[in-house]
Amino acid sequence: MKKLILTAAALALTAGMGWADTVRMGTEGAYPPYNLIDDKGEVGGFERELGDELCKRAELECTWVTNDWDSIIPNLVSGNYDTILAAMSINDERKKVIAFTDPYLPPAPSSYVALEEGVDLEGGVIAAQTSTVQSSYVAESGATLLEFANIDEVLAAVRNGEADAAFGDHEVVKPYVDEGDDLMFVGEQVELDEGIGIGVRQSDNELREKFNTAIAAVKEDGKLNELIVKWFGEDARTWE
Amino acid sequence: MADMLAQCAEPGSLQGLSWLMCYLTSGKHMLFYGSFLTVLALLAITAPIALLFGFGGAVASRSRIPPLRWFGKIYTSMVRGVPDIIFFLFVPIALDQGLEWLRHQVYCDSDAPVRQGNEFIVCAAAKLPLSSSPGWVHDTYGFILAVVAFAIVFGAFAANVLYGAMQAVPHAQLETAEAYGMNSRQVTRRILIPQMWVYALPGLSNLWMILIKATPLLFLLGVEDIVYWARELGGAKSSAFTYPHSDWRLYYFLVILVFYLLMTWCSEKILARLTWRLSRGQATLGGEAIRKGA
Repeated sequence: MKKLILTAAALALTAGMGWADTVRMGTEGAYPPYNLIDDKGEVGGFERELGDELCKRAELECTWVTNDWDSIIPNLVSGNYDTILAAMSINDERKKVIAFTDPYLPPAPSSYVALEEGVDLEGGVIAAQTSTVQSSYVAESGATLLEFANIDEVLAAVRNGEADAAFGDHEVVKPYVDEGDDLMFVGEQVELDEGIGIGVRQSDNELREKFNTAIAAVKEDGKLNELIVKWFGEDARTWE
Repeated sequence: MADMLAQCAEPGSLQGLSWLMCYLTSGKHMLFYGSFLTVLALLAITAPIALLFGFGGAVASRSRIPPLRWFGKIYTSMVRGVPDIIFFLFVPIALDQGLEWLRHQVYCDSDAPVRQGNEFIVCAAAKLPLSSSPGWVHDTYGFILAVVAFAIVFGAFAANVLYGAMQAVPHAQLETAEAYGMNSRQVTRRILIPQMWVYALPGLSNLWMILIKATPLLFLLGVEDIVYWARELGGAKSSAFTYPHSDWRLYYFLVILVFYLLMTWCSEKILARLTWRLSRGQATLGGEAIRKGA
């Protein structure tokens, strides 16, 4: 009887069963130029183009999903999507919870941004995006850390004087410095990570291997470097 | 779509008003306008369901059968005793994982547990919705989970209001009905329920206002509502976007602010009218005032 009820309940929930192994690609969609929501309302950016290329080579069917940065790992492990392509730096802390593919981007520098020269980067108030390698670095640097949910709010905090400076991925903060007339780079760049990879569940070995093969292939034939230059400019670090 | 128009094909060359027209009709803005309908749909669907939950809760709380009465009491006091946000975070996850667990038992061959380390894993066939389902199915599913969470929370408050309203109907009315030979079911249906609304209305209208103002919680549940799009559209846009602009969140939030003010203002008008209608001929202060004024 119990089984009958279970079956009935489950059948009631079913609409059109299909077993295509669609891979749901999770990203933040608020970290240009890595990933963003374009003016059509769709996921765009470097990682969208790279992800689609990798899926094509691995012969996977892929769809894109956005998720807030601060819950992007919990929602991966609970199965809401299957990968994270969100400029996520590979580090030991994250490796305890999820697995990473080989890096698709070499280690990227992080930079300080402020409204004026000479702000106190070691003792002042520094804004960074929450749960990033940059925010852990600031927390350990002795400065007062101010965390925000996305990079846009981080830079807004510098503009309205709430923070003395912002600390973020160089490629992400660069457009704000280049195109605005108020922000500038201050201090030294810092190297923080082991490169950026695709985050997958630790149990998803098969998927990780497929992506590793595809990443090796795009590195091999220069497609990856081509995309890096397209989205990050000529000065960006490419693969040798 | 307007952005398909030839004049919007090259936004870089546009100036002033025509730039703004193309900007405001971009695909992303269409999604923003559409999300107002999401909020209205949430209100339109949640309110009746919550009222139904509330009615059930109130009737259960008054029941002569102990287990039913306990259920009603526990439901109203427990849900009202937990912060809304905790419930909004808990219900959708619990519901989603519960349903996937059920489907896992039915559709998956493996005996592997769904919890492995920190991961929640069900086989592809048990996923809800299926990974291969189109985006709108996932969106609708998320929306339904949100509706359930809202209905459970607001149903508990409504149950309390309706319970109080049922108690407020003058006992003489019910006793008179009994004296006429009606059984308890008839008293409830013919006398109690028609008369309770006027007592319930102040509490229910209050709840409606709170429900309107709680809709931005949709954003917490991952539903792409007006707050999500306002934040997304308002944020500073670099040249990686077709329409670069500085931080415009202030204007977008202002639009939302006006929208909510309009919603609550209209609601107040309608509710005032409804109170007047329901008070007519009632032995309440309001009903008495109408009688004297007429």
